[in-house]
Amino acid sequence: MSNTPGTILGHRGLDHEEALIFEQDSPGMTGVDLPAVPAGPDRLGGLARKGAIGLPGLSEPDIVRHYTRLSRKNYAIDSGLYPLGSCTMKHNPRLNEKMARLPGLADIHPLQPVETVQGALKLIDEVAHWLKTLTGMPAVAMSPGAGAHGELCGLMSIHAALEHKGHGHRRRIVVPESAHGTNPATAALVGFTVDPVPANARGRVDLDALTAKLGPDVAAVMITNPNTCGLFEGDMRIIADRVHAAGGFLYCDGANFNAIVGRVRPGDLGIDAMHINLHKTFSTPHGGGGPGAGPVVLSAALAPFAPVPWVVHGKDGFSLVETAAAAGPASAGTAKPFGRLKGFHGQMGMFVRALTYMLSHGRDGLARVSGDSVLAANYIMASVSDVMTPSFDGPCMHECLLDDRFLKDTGVTTLDFAKAMIDEGYHPMTVYFPLVVHGAMLIEPTESESKRSLDDFIKVLRGLTAAAKAGEVARFKNAPMFAPRRRLDETRAARSPVLRWKPKLEQGAAAE
Amino acid sequence: MRYLPQTEADQRVMLAKVGAKSVEALFKDVPEAARLKTPLDLPDHQGEIEVERHLRALAAVNVSAGDAPFFVGAGAYRHHVPASVDALIQRGEFLTSYTPYQPEIAQGTLQVLFEFQTQVALLTGMEVANASMYDGPTGCAEAVLMARRVTGRKRAILSGGLHPHYRDATVTVTRFLDMEIDARAPDPSAREDLAAKIDSDTACVVVQNPSVFGQLRDLTALADACHAKGALLIAVVTEVVSLGAVTPPGAMGADIVVAEGQGLGNALNFGGPYLGLFAAREKFLRTMPGRLCGETVDADGRRGYVLTLSTREQHIRREKATSNICTNSGLCALAFTIHVALLGEEGMTRLARINHERAGALAKRLERVKGVKLVNDSFFNEITVTLTKPATAVVSALAKLPILAGVPASRLFPERAELANHLILAATELTTDADIEALAVALEKELAA
Amino acid sequence: MAEMRFTKEHEWVRDDGAGMVTVGITAYAQEQLGDVVFVDLPAVGKKLQQGSEAGTIESVKTAAELYAPVDGEVVETNARLKDEPALVNSSPTDDGWFVKLKSANKVQLATLMTAAQYKSYCDGLH
Repeated sequence: MSNTPGTILGHRGLDHEEALIFEQDSPGMTGVDLPAVPAGPDRLGGLARKGAIGLPGLSEPDIVRHYTRLSRKNYAIDSGLYPLGSCTMKHNPRLNEKMARLPGLADIHPLQPVETVQGALKLIDEVAHWLKTLTGMPAVAMSPGAGAHGELCGLMSIHAALEHKGHGHRRRIVVPESAHGTNPATAALVGFTVDPVPANARGRVDLDALTAKLGPDVAAVMITNPNTCGLFEGDMRIIADRVHAAGGFLYCDGANFNAIVGRVRPGDLGIDAMHINLHKTFSTPHGGGGPGAGPVVLSAALAPFAPVPWVVHGKDGFSLVETAAAAGPASAGTAKPFGRLKGFHGQMGMFVRALTYMLSHGRDGLARVSGDSVLAANYIMASVSDVMTPSFDGPCMHECLLDDRFLKDTGVTTLDFAKAMIDEGYHPMTVYFPLVVHGAMLIEPTESESKRSLDDFIKVLRGLTAAAKAGEVARFKNAPMFAPRRRLDETRAARSPVLRWKPKLEQGAAAE
Repeated sequence: MRYLPQTEADQRVMLAKVGAKSVEALFKDVPEAARLKTPLDLPDHQGEIEVERHLRALAAVNVSAGDAPFFVGAGAYRHHVPASVDALIQRGEFLTSYTPYQPEIAQGTLQVLFEFQTQVALLTGMEVANASMYDGPTGCAEAVLMARRVTGRKRAILSGGLHPHYRDATVTVTRFLDMEIDARAPDPSAREDLAAKIDSDTACVVVQNPSVFGQLRDLTALADACHAKGALLIAVVTEVVSLGAVTPPGAMGADIVVAEGQGLGNALNFGGPYLGLFAAREKFLRTMPGRLCGETVDADGRRGYVLTLSTREQHIRREKATSNICTNSGLCALAFTIHVALLGEEGMTRLARINHERAGALAKRLERVKGVKLVNDSFFNEITVTLTKPATAVVSALAKLPILAGVPASRLFPERAELANHLILAATELTTDADIEALAVALEKELAA
Repeated sequence: MAEMRFTKEHEWVRDDGAGMVTVGITAYAQEQLGDVVFVDLPAVGKKLQQGSEAGTIESVKTAAELYAPVDGEVVETNARLKDEPALVNSSPTDDGWFVKLKSANKVQLATLMTAAQYKSYCDGLH
């Protein structure tokens, strides 16, 4: 079955084969020494658990080794350039982590009396101040848990504002075809219908097509800027004016804020709402897929509809508005929160990291972040454009979009190219997104890379391109060869889903 | 700037390659009017020393849980997290990796998710679990939407024992959809009859166990009543440690289980990031929200893991997706997984029994305090008591000592005057006899004053 | 062999006589989708309007709707697809059929593409 040389246990040097914890069970073993349970009456109301849970027993050294070995099967920013377009995989400073673990910030409960958490509330207020200042917006809802959650917050604010104006019939959202999938998914969740608008030949929203779609049933236009083709939507102000004139709102997907932070304030472009992915622009770690944080800045027209909770800075210090009922008196009756999106007060641990990052960079450092990230992307584009095929003319913003025209007739696909990059020691770029070009390759190097690092990466892109054009198809089709796993059978995973480990006995029984 | 590696000399060479005069010139597509002309009113960059001083000053103002006898719960719980958990999650390969879109170089994250899904299924007594949601309340809202998809019905009944943040997140998410949410009045002593409310338009009943007031109840009859009428039973667990001692919702007939996983592996963090656990019956698999990790083989036939069934998700289904969720709580799920792995069967059950015993000791001591009355007839590690005075004032007075005495019910239910004197208190393995004694003495004094 | 007609959405419809038709997706469609991993079919007895959603076809990386090619009432669905979705790939116009309809609208059926018309339609898509 295997066509790679075998070893006795399957290990390959530093890359260890690692069984599941469930397959390493030493019954009765534990990695946590807890005191004996003192005698006391059972007050569980007859609901004491019957039978075992089925968890395996392992010692602490077993556990530390297991997860250390697993960690080594991951690519990470710490180990190399991570050019995933639209994901902003920048360096995660460790000072952020250290600060997030200060007991005065990590070991406090969200429902402690507010007088015992004044520093925490001040911290949230400071992050809010930075976000409002950087975006030029008057208000921010801090509680959304991630970017998509922020979209939900923004669109719900819009829906609530429209209903308040007696415009509840406005249900259509105009969304460019190049949008992230979360945009239409969110619109549907808020009861809106999605009306896609095409891009023009320059990779921007077709202004005429968009204008033609504006009408009395339009709730909002939802645009990513800089967009998912890595380009700035220069007509944003005009779009804002037109959608406002038509009675709708402008939602901006802020996933690509990193390209303009410290240089352009979205508030100056006429937007009404924008989420900010703290895990992108402000370096809170991605952690293998979260947690994120997605505060949403809001215009004056939407601010009254922001969800609870929020922090109020009064003469007696900081307090919290936690319920819609409490919103009235606290803000002189102007607040009409559309509800609550999340438990407690938002992703505090992410706020700590983001504030640490903001203070570390300052306004000067943040402007360099956007400048350096844009220069890095343009440098890659300029360095490969003679052999690969950029989809649109530059300059690009913080990511450059290529398509697969340069692979025409080579027998190598975008996916093959991506997998070959793994063998060269790189995480591939985002592939097949955005959908508006064929075989998309979206490269976002971020500001964290030195020129030397970018030059190595460019060497790999050019080298692989040359190999594809030289007909070395097998090298691509067989890739990756040097990763912990070769290509995985996704069809098999989806046809007969195995989503958890089961004891052998149960597995056998299930098969009968 | 320590985080920015491009030198001025590098930038000159790079700009020459690009054919631009300056970095500023690369922003030529931004209309002149939209470019910042004056510096923002924010400070300039600072070194680690200054930044750390700033953050430490903010932290120093707070009373942290370790500084005082601590009884605050109501949806977030302070447990001991073994040192190795934090050491392992800070490995850069876990901390600084992204969603495992390239499975060949993300087997670490993926195998962890597979172990996580298995642990969650085992603890909740369910067949399948996803790779996590933002937190318990958002998971609860997603569960109600899922019940709507499964049943095609529009009505959801929320128990009066449900944490108000779970209730509110659900009401909010369904607000602009064609749904009717029947949120029952707060029910400290678990007397409500939810089965009687189920009709042929009911998609689901949502019930929390233990309730926000700490009360336990057998869900079996309610599950049967739901199923008899074609509705789903959604069980919510806000204290995941309880699953080590209490009959899991899966064994009582629940169709979907939503839990807050913060209590294992994760700090209080002032409310987030937390970890939504989401488990269901296998027959509902394809209507589940969120990421799922599945087992498969690679081109050499070796076992490996991938994200699977992603046709449910937003990046493929767009407006037809089961949910708009993209991010999960990966790192919190990793911490949970490692903590549960360290505990094992022996540790998990012992931890739960210690928590129960501690709450028993707390209840027993408080029942001897004049002016305090226990509401619960059953509990796991959290109890509700009534005081002879409004709980908010009592809690504030005790906070000055400092003793963090619990959550006044009025903080969660400000609109309910009848709950003004109710106080919700949690005990965990970190609660000492001395803590309990200090609380009892202070309470007695405050209530007598 | 009964005549087959085709839609722009790449469904085929076979006239089984007596108002009955069988519906599936074409070889071209399954090739575009890639490995089919799951098929969701309508309930027996459901009355479908031409162009309404009649089910979902999922591959690893995409999902597509099955649209009713003509008005009709579902009398049978292909139970084998539940455990063997791969039939859609290996035998799209035979074992991989999706639904059988009764009282199928003959007028609508007659307006669908013939095999020759469908072939030139597909050629035009390249």
